[in-house]
Amino acid sequence: MMKTLAKRLLLLVGTLLLVTILAFVAFSIIPGDPTSSILGVEATADQVAALREKLGLDLPIWQRYLHWLGGLLTGNLGESYNYAMPVGQLLSTCISYTATLAVMSFVLIVVISLPLGILAARYEGGVVDRVLTVLNQITMSVPNFVAGLLLVYVFGLVLRLFQPGAIVTPAMGWGSFLGYMFFPALAVALPRSAMTVKLLRGSILSELGQDYIRTAYSKGNSKTSALWRHVLRNAMIPVVTFLAMTVADIMAGSIVVEQVFGIPGLGKMLVTSIGNRDYPVVQVIVLLIATIVVVSNFAADLLYRVMDPRLRGR
Amino acid sequence: MRRKNWYARLGGVLTVAMLAFAVTGFFWTPYEPTAFDATSKYAPPSLAHPFGCDQMGRDILSRTLEGAGSTLVIALAVLVIGFGLGLLIGSLCGYFGGALDALVMRVCDALAAFPSVLLALVVLAVIGPGKYNVIGALGVLFVPSYARQVRGEFLKFRDRDFVRSAQLMGVPKWRILYVHILPNTWPVLLSGLTIGFNNAVLAEASMSYLSIGVTAPDVSLGRMLNEAQSVWFTAPWCMLGPALVVVLTILGVSMLGEGLRERMRA
Repeated sequence: MMKTLAKRLLLLVGTLLLVTILAFVAFSIIPGDPTSSILGVEATADQVAALREKLGLDLPIWQRYLHWLGGLLTGNLGESYNYAMPVGQLLSTCISYTATLAVMSFVLIVVISLPLGILAARYEGGVVDRVLTVLNQITMSVPNFVAGLLLVYVFGLVLRLFQPGAIVTPAMGWGSFLGYMFFPALAVALPRSAMTVKLLRGSILSELGQDYIRTAYSKGNSKTSALWRHVLRNAMIPVVTFLAMTVADIMAGSIVVEQVFGIPGLGKMLVTSIGNRDYPVVQVIVLLIATIVVVSNFAADLLYRVMDPRLRGR
Repeated sequence: MRRKNWYARLGGVLTVAMLAFAVTGFFWTPYEPTAFDATSKYAPPSLAHPFGCDQMGRDILSRTLEGAGSTLVIALAVLVIGFGLGLLIGSLCGYFGGALDALVMRVCDALAAFPSVLLALVVLAVIGPGKYNVIGALGVLFVPSYARQVRGEFLKFRDRDFVRSAQLMGVPKWRILYVHILPNTWPVLLSGLTIGFNNAVLAEASMSYLSIGVTAPDVSLGRMLNEAQSVWFTAPWCMLGPALVVVLTILGVSMLGEGLRERMRA
């Protein structure tokens, strides 16, 4: 187990290094020079040369990469072209919004999908199951930002439960901040919850057909007790892995949904910075999101091994 | 069994209906999609304008028809590129195996771990927005997942007797790959195609909604949703048409795919 863990960790670090190289190279090969967007077209050649030297653009690309990587590791994330402030400072406020959104979405997915998945499987073929299956199929087909638009319309414009576009900061009290984040988190969570319900239901049903469950019945277990005592532990293995991989999906979803609700988080900053060609900011956000994705996939892999002893040592 | 047939059939009907809707947009729209009409600014849905009109008096139904057509073309083009290259790479890797196969699959695994919307966003940030850039970026990003699927299928059939006998008879390699093995893989690959189609529609709509996808003269469902959000207080119906088409298309195609998968299992 320790040996596999070490191997996996090494792979994780390697992947992250590769991601930094890709993020750096991708935004360095773009035609055009940041100096023209900072100084404007009327800059003299001397001004351009001075700025290029100040930004380190006169160095070869590998030196610039090492310099950038060194900065990342020591907490110097570079400087935004557009806002003329350090990227770290710029992003520190965004992160609290996106982190809250992501955590809330994840909690919602778990809270919505586990009970419903178990319920649907317990009463397979019954009315509840059939209604859930239909609802599930429809929910899965509504993209998260369309769900967001619907939520804003119904709860914001018609029922006036919140004011669309208004920004609530954490400083205004945690209660109102979490309330502000609820509908965006729901929009991110809905399609993924439907998928989780479907997976959990299928997983429970396939476990229920196994021999060891027949044995459990023959020892006098009712369906409910067989479900809780024997089935769930095994049926949860694929679901837990799926949930860990869901983190990547939540990050992608929050980029779009932040735009719908006007939340000043990482996603909104990413889209704005792409529009402004503010590449130092784009690079860091991409790297941040990629790191979260890679680490959560790593966690998914580890969890899989912890939950399923048959896979250990492989 | 009967219920699943019903599933595939309803999905099929819905898919055909949405395809017909999108194709209609190429030939006929009730009004000119870009025509301004000062008299019908912010007109709510009515018999003359079933989905209403926007702030410039443009007919939403006409725009939805055109947008659905362009979203369909983009999704299909993405599938052609992604599936085409994925088929080529996956079939060669699956059939021949070896070190190159191991390397290619490592890269595919790494890429497939990232959500495609995220990767496409980065690519478009580098190459800039626009219809053809969206097609190119999404198409290339779909290659890894298809390559993996195709490889798995080809690996399954590589050592079967019918392939062995074809090899012994001296059938050329390309013929074994694409005439002998490929037809057997269709059931699995078809359901992969339905999932890919939905992902392409979803990705295009998301990116155009973020205004880094399809850009101005071109219409797309995602762009319409973006524009609708700005007139949201005065004309909420602007959202209805494009949202409905996106949801119904994805619903239809996913039910069809589901039905196909169930039929294979039976």
